[in-house]
Amino acid sequence: MFDRDTWQEILGTLRKHKMRTFLTAFGVFWGIFMLIFMLGMGSGLKNAVFKNFGNRAKNVMYVWSNATSKPYKGFQPGRVPRLNLEDIDYLYENVEGVNYIAPRTTIPGNITYKENAEAYDIRGELSDMITVEGYKVYKGRYIQPSDVEESRKVIVLGKRVAEVMFGKGKWEDAIGKYVTANGVEFQVVGIFGPEFIQPWTEDDLETTVIPLTTMHKAFGTAGRIHYFALSALPKYKISDLEDQVKTILQQRHYVAPDDPRGIGGFNLEEQFDKMSGLFLGISIFLWIVGIGTLIAGIIGVSNIMMIVVKERTREIGIRKALGATPGVIIRSILIESVFITLVSGYLGLLSGTLLVGAIDFIMETNNVSLDMFYNPEVKLEVGIGAVVILVIAGTLAGLIPAIMAAKVNPVLALKNE
Amino acid sequence: MAQTFSMIELKNIKKAYKTDFTNLQVLKGIDLDIEEGEFVSIMGSSGSGKSTLLNILGILDEYDSGKYTLAGQLMQNLSEKQAAYFRNRFIGFVFQSFNLLSFKTAVENVALPLYYQKINRIERLEKAMHYLEMVGLKEWANHHPNQLSGGQQQRVAIARALVTEPKVLLADEPTGALDSKTSSEVMDLFEDIHQAGKTVIIVTHELDIAQKTERIIRIQDGLILNREI
Repeated sequence: MFDRDTWQEILGTLRKHKMRTFLTAFGVFWGIFMLIFMLGMGSGLKNAVFKNFGNRAKNVMYVWSNATSKPYKGFQPGRVPRLNLEDIDYLYENVEGVNYIAPRTTIPGNITYKENAEAYDIRGELSDMITVEGYKVYKGRYIQPSDVEESRKVIVLGKRVAEVMFGKGKWEDAIGKYVTANGVEFQVVGIFGPEFIQPWTEDDLETTVIPLTTMHKAFGTAGRIHYFALSALPKYKISDLEDQVKTILQQRHYVAPDDPRGIGGFNLEEQFDKMSGLFLGISIFLWIVGIGTLIAGIIGVSNIMMIVVKERTREIGIRKALGATPGVIIRSILIESVFITLVSGYLGLLSGTLLVGAIDFIMETNNVSLDMFYNPEVKLEVGIGAVVILVIAGTLAGLIPAIMAAKVNPVLALKNE
Repeated sequence: MAQTFSMIELKNIKKAYKTDFTNLQVLKGIDLDIEEGEFVSIMGSSGSGKSTLLNILGILDEYDSGKYTLAGQLMQNLSEKQAAYFRNRFIGFVFQSFNLLSFKTAVENVALPLYYQKINRIERLEKAMHYLEMVGLKEWANHHPNQLSGGQQQRVAIARALVTEPKVLLADEPTGALDSKTSSEVMDLFEDIHQAGKTVIIVTHELDIAQKTERIIRIQDGLILNREI
């Protein structure tokens, strides 16, 4: 199949018709190039969106309370259930598959260091919120389990708070110093901020965090929590836990089981899945468009092969007279067709990948950061898939012309014109 | 002379070309015997059916009824693959217009039939070279057909027809495109091949060509007219 004569003939015919070969090959080249380029750009869009999820845990739901809308067990609608630390303990014990629960209670605060005083929120947390939100710790550490158990008077400052309190370039000096929060002295143990600074994450720079237990003791928040994030163990799906958690909280806080309000929740995984679904849809669409372009190219190849067979009718007749079987003739046309598609398609694949790679490289080296475009890439599977498609397409493109060639009647083909 | 045996045996061969409106009976019952090692010519005017007869002899075309035995094998109801096999092994074709492949050199053209026997390239080229030498074109082996004269091209074609050591050499107007001097050179070559023991059949409409063969078979209106030695 891959002997020298076959190739000699294929290259011979291609060389004889350079322009025609080029135009044919260009159709396939363009099809694959567009497919790869579009998929690469699509992945840039996708990577940008998923980058915003960052290191944040994905198997997570957020739960909070809000005003009920239905009367239940003697309670009037409009009551806001108060979630508390006991709820957290109860959930840990009674819901299977909980990895951790990270509650938060936020109160307005006044932070003072020497003569600097500024109003910032104070968050009371257990140690796990950093895992949920994927915060970046610039210096020191975040709240630890021992801080919570011993109700230590330690505080973690948002980076901007540290800059305001200790001076622009001297925010690192804050570690180990004592600041006053709502009249109580806390020792600064860490400086933190969000993983990616975005308009909607800037809050995290301008806040302070203390152990939730300390908050309850020092500021009279009486075990209250405003909301909590619950993460499921890897084997469990958060969506499966969501109903259980809500039902337990509804029972504990006398909320009607059919009340859509009272206990509110937000399932990050569901959002994540929706987003994944959206991008799956986009990439299916891109594949369809890309393959459509490719098909146009393939039809071009088929068309040209048809002309090739017509032109070579006499040659095929000679070969048949010399003893070529139909199989040999079909094979040589098919190889030629697959060869054109594969070579031009591979070049398309290569240039598409190079272009996408170049865009990525240029963006990276010049630190270009766009909200909706990040790290475009061509996956290996896409490349392999494209090559498989090319081989199949090349075969299909050659099939009809090849059968036509096999049916050439040597008597007619050899007739002197 | 050694004991002869029938190389080609045609019994009451009939062939008609049918269209929706016409039924053109081209061969009306051909009986023909050609023995091994014979040098014969088939003569006839155009429309006599000699081309059709040649195509049937060459297994390029099928016949409607009768029997065609080639080297003891009945050529009937062959699949495309079988027909290709017999064309390759039993028959060597020489055409009026040479029918060399223009993008191949002389030696590659000669080697082509061996390619269909799946013989490896080195052996093919070696054999092809041998036959090129036999027709006196060894020095021209790496030339393309368009660099050769008509007579040279026909000699390459003859080498190609011989390379598979076929049972029968079938030549269709082999001198039709050549001037008289080259014609007679080519006919001398056929004579040599005949002397070497090969069965040679030449289809022609030129009497002086036909007269160089041992036997002339005349065909007219789809029937064989007479036999003369």
